[in-house]
Amino acid sequence: MTTRWTRKDLLGLRELTADEINLVLETTNAFKQVGRREIKKVPALRGKTLINFFVEPSTRTRTSFELAAFRLSADVINIAATTSSLTKGETLKDTARNLEALHADIIVLRHSSAGAPQFLANRLQASVINAGDGAHEHPTQALLDLYTIREHRGKIAGLHVAIIGDILFSRVARSNIFGLLKLGARVTLVGPSTLVPREFEKLGVEVSYHIDEVLPKVDVVNLLRIQHERQRREYFPGLGEYIRLFGLTKQRAKLLKPDCLVMHPGPINRGVEIDSEVADGLQSVILDQVTNGLATRMAVLYLCGGIAA
Amino acid sequence: MKPKQNSSTATAILDAEAMRRALRRIAHEIVEGNSNLETVVLAGIPSRGVEIARRISAFIREIANVDVDSGIIDVAMHRDDVGTRKELPVVHASKLPVPLEDRTVIIVDDVLYTGRTVRAAMDAINSFGRPARIQLAVLVDRGHRELPIRPDYVGKNLPTATREQIQVRLQETDNEPDGVYLQKQ
Repeated sequence: MTTRWTRKDLLGLRELTADEINLVLETTNAFKQVGRREIKKVPALRGKTLINFFVEPSTRTRTSFELAAFRLSADVINIAATTSSLTKGETLKDTARNLEALHADIIVLRHSSAGAPQFLANRLQASVINAGDGAHEHPTQALLDLYTIREHRGKIAGLHVAIIGDILFSRVARSNIFGLLKLGARVTLVGPSTLVPREFEKLGVEVSYHIDEVLPKVDVVNLLRIQHERQRREYFPGLGEYIRLFGLTKQRAKLLKPDCLVMHPGPINRGVEIDSEVADGLQSVILDQVTNGLATRMAVLYLCGGIAA
Repeated sequence: MKPKQNSSTATAILDAEAMRRALRRIAHEIVEGNSNLETVVLAGIPSRGVEIARRISAFIREIANVDVDSGIIDVAMHRDDVGTRKELPVVHASKLPVPLEDRTVIIVDDVLYTGRTVRAAMDAINSFGRPARIQLAVLVDRGHRELPIRPDYVGKNLPTATREQIQVRLQETDNEPDGVYLQKQ
């Protein structure tokens, strides 16, 4: 591969080329191997300081970035929304300048506002990694999803992927759509029309409101969590109705091709978007996603944090 | 990397036949120096070191009728200049047979220069376990060490000036005929 990484920040998949995405996946492969060594730590980012700045709550993504940074020998500081001065009225810009004054080399930012990572990246010398901004993008989640698909199916191009559920509010869906399309997959979005507006077709995906028609045709289903916390008004009549129409129930899972992968970015609402039997079933690669998330984040931190400022 | 056109200032140091003889001699020395070849692991540094290790391994099979274990040891994430370059080297997955205890790991690379790559390779190997011995085989030793490192097996000793460049070309990795060239800047 001749592509070289030259970006200090990772803000989204929309701006990456297919070659750059493939470079991250290759690099992920190398870092996944490190997890099988006797000593699971490499000196790549020794002496660098990483600040995990999570203005929105998150356990798995923050922990994954933290462990990834430890394995690269970086020093890590965690700042959560509840302990930060943002609650005391400090602006994001001032917080950013303070982080820089601490000589942070890498800032991993989770924020409820779309564009917050871009805002910081434009103002700071430090690398900024988007760990989810509003309903905009969640690039490392999409990269680990792509890696997991490629690991199990050997390729991305030509596969048909269904993304099911709350698309409207989902940064995971957006990043996945950009990444999958760039690597040549076919994407069908499935969910209630209130959460899957036809506007998404402009991105180059298909939209369906009938899950039972889609399930037998696809190679991957990626289920998204119903994000109660992000919905300010009712987008569907009730959970019972949602499960009946769009839940991947045990019964409905029988429609899937035998080699279809079942994915979920977590945390799972068992019995809502997916039944326990399916989440824990043979087709599920949900825990592989978690393992691969660590290697993906090592790759991203190495690439963005490893180039000269 | 794109193969460079050799300008008139490039001098041929080894042609394909000379390279073949040099690697065969290294294979002989490895056989002579290791009474128990079953414990030997040839660990190539990507990309040309992996190909050179493969060729040495084929010669050892010819000479001693033994299939030595081989592996890949990538050094990118163990380098001491991460964060100082505008471009990062591509990282490859390493692969070594484990456990390494009681084994002799022979690092294989095309050119030995400052020794920093070898130092990174030794660190990488140690993260897999604790081999009994680590040795070093290189096609060309061009001098100018910056660390106390010396090769155990050398195809060609070639004193150079720092402004000169050594170019190794292998059919499999560069799609060019085998050869080693000295490029004066």
